Amino acid sequence: MLELRFHGRGGQGAVTSAELLAQSAIAKGIYAQAFPSFGPERRGAPVVAFARISEQPIRNRTAVRHPNIVLVLDPSILRIVNTADGLPPDGIHIINTTKTIAELREEFGDKIGPNAVTLDANHIAQEEIGRKITNTTMLGALLRATNIVDKDILIEKLKERFGRIADGNIRSLNRAFEECCIEKKEG
Amino acid sequence: MSVRRGVEVSIAVAEAAGFCDVDVVAAYPITPQTHIVEHLASLVADGHLDAEFVPVESEHAAMSACCGSAAAGARTFTATSSQGLALMHEVLFIAAALRLPMVMVVANRALSGPINIWNDHSDIMTERDVGWIALFAENGQEATDLVPICHRISEDPRVQLPVMLNFDGFIVSHMIEPIEQLSKEEIKTFLPDFAPVQRLDIDNPFTMGPVGMPNVYTEAKMAGEHAIRASYEPIVEIFKDFGDKFGRYYNPVESYRTDGADIIFVMMGAITETAMTWVDAQRDAGTKVGIVRFRLWRPLPADDFKKAVAGAKVLAILDRHFSPGGPGGPVAQEVKYTLYGTDNAPKIVEVVVGLGGRDVFPEDFDDIYKRAEAVLNGAPVPPFELTQVRGGHYGKI
Repeated sequence: MLELRFHGRGGQGAVTSAELLAQSAIAKGIYAQAFPSFGPERRGAPVVAFARISEQPIRNRTAVRHPNIVLVLDPSILRIVNTADGLPPDGIHIINTTKTIAELREEFGDKIGPNAVTLDANHIAQEEIGRKITNTTMLGALLRATNIVDKDILIEKLKERFGRIADGNIRSLNRAFEECCIEKKEG
Repeated sequence: MSVRRGVEVSIAVAEAAGFCDVDVVAAYPITPQTHIVEHLASLVADGHLDAEFVPVESEHAAMSACCGSAAAGARTFTATSSQGLALMHEVLFIAAALRLPMVMVVANRALSGPINIWNDHSDIMTERDVGWIALFAENGQEATDLVPICHRISEDPRVQLPVMLNFDGFIVSHMIEPIEQLSKEEIKTFLPDFAPVQRLDIDNPFTMGPVGMPNVYTEAKMAGEHAIRASYEPIVEIFKDFGDKFGRYYNPVESYRTDGADIIFVMMGAITETAMTWVDAQRDAGTKVGIVRFRLWRPLPADDFKKAVAGAKVLAILDRHFSPGGPGGPVAQEVKYTLYGTDNAPKIVEVVVGLGGRDVFPEDFDDIYKRAEAVLNGAPVPPFELTQVRGGHYGKI
């Protein structure tokens, strides 16, 4: 089972990205779930969403404490939340930032996970969608870092969800797929 | 033809109510609510569902409007949670006493205070004695399937009682998960048109809900008691018919890996799923432990339960609510009532878990198992305990 945690701010669509991911996995015929961390919903406040994907039925409805993948939708979250919490040595930390991975490690130390992927999702989303809503952009980097769901199915779900504004989101997702930086480990 | 898709459980439940072709939905749409009534409001507003959506001024009014609509012979649906259910309290008794068929979905959430609308069973357990049939679903598929089942139970001429369908707030209600949704056509083959046994009719006037003087009140209560007890047979029959039609069989009490189990965990709702994962690991390690869950809560399926736990030496009972200063949690109380005086009755270890949205993780079952195991090995039975109390102690009462 693959477990994911999404960190964003209320209104950035963290829950929607978890949802699209789960729906894509379910459409493929396997099992998935997505849910928000349940709390007062306030625009701009730090929010967390979770997703699980598995070949087997999923029977755990508790918060994800040991995610395989963490996505950080907003660069400013790194300063206030330890988003790497619970990431195992092979865990992947996907971060929306203008900084390089080396700069992030210098600034945040072990609050950056063992395997980092970075992208300037704000910039991409602003250019392609016209707003800094980064949720679909971040999914592009996720698809690059893992092959947990099929890109075609995800794009199909994105079209269903966003209708006529889907195009910008799809362009943004594709650009993120191409432009994200994946850390090369020594050895 | 049913479709498998990833959908929020509340939305799937609302669609199921829509496919049941409900006539009236009366609800109060503010926290604590779920997307159930919001989605039904959309279905009505967008013309997908030919029903009257009554946005009332409070939950008390919601239940009152539901009573009126059911009395007029309309298929009636509502949903609520937490404080909303509490605000309905006095009207719930009336719906049952007037034998009004309707279905209410309750996404179980805590009662304040401190102010808390997260998941536990304190809302429903304080409404235990209202005279409604009550069921508990464990996941989204079951919750969605139980919507037409509850309408059919409620409207069965042998039953004619309101039915409450419970499922855990947030951890089920707000979860996006795979659900095979029955189509409207499929539901139509299972749920006949509502044919009320009696309804308010200006051409044939009669009084519904008159004063029950001391000379008839006891008889009226006895009649209600007969009705809810007699609903057991139709409920089992309707579960079976659903299974025969759609392949998913439901029972009043469910057992999971209880063969030869010395210790059986007893609980209701979604934490049963977490417990199954834990039990699988225990069984792999050779530990004889299983789970029994109540799906039907009212009428209490006492005989099914006795059969399900026969042979167990210790029951570990998990409650999501308790009676302060009283005899512990409601599930434990009722199990003790059920087993008292029976031969070879198992010993009972009672714990209260998952209050006000606290997650129940698989390792929480390890702690509870240790206490049950100690009793199995001869330790005295401890009084009921609040578990998961911060600081690592068990908050022994």
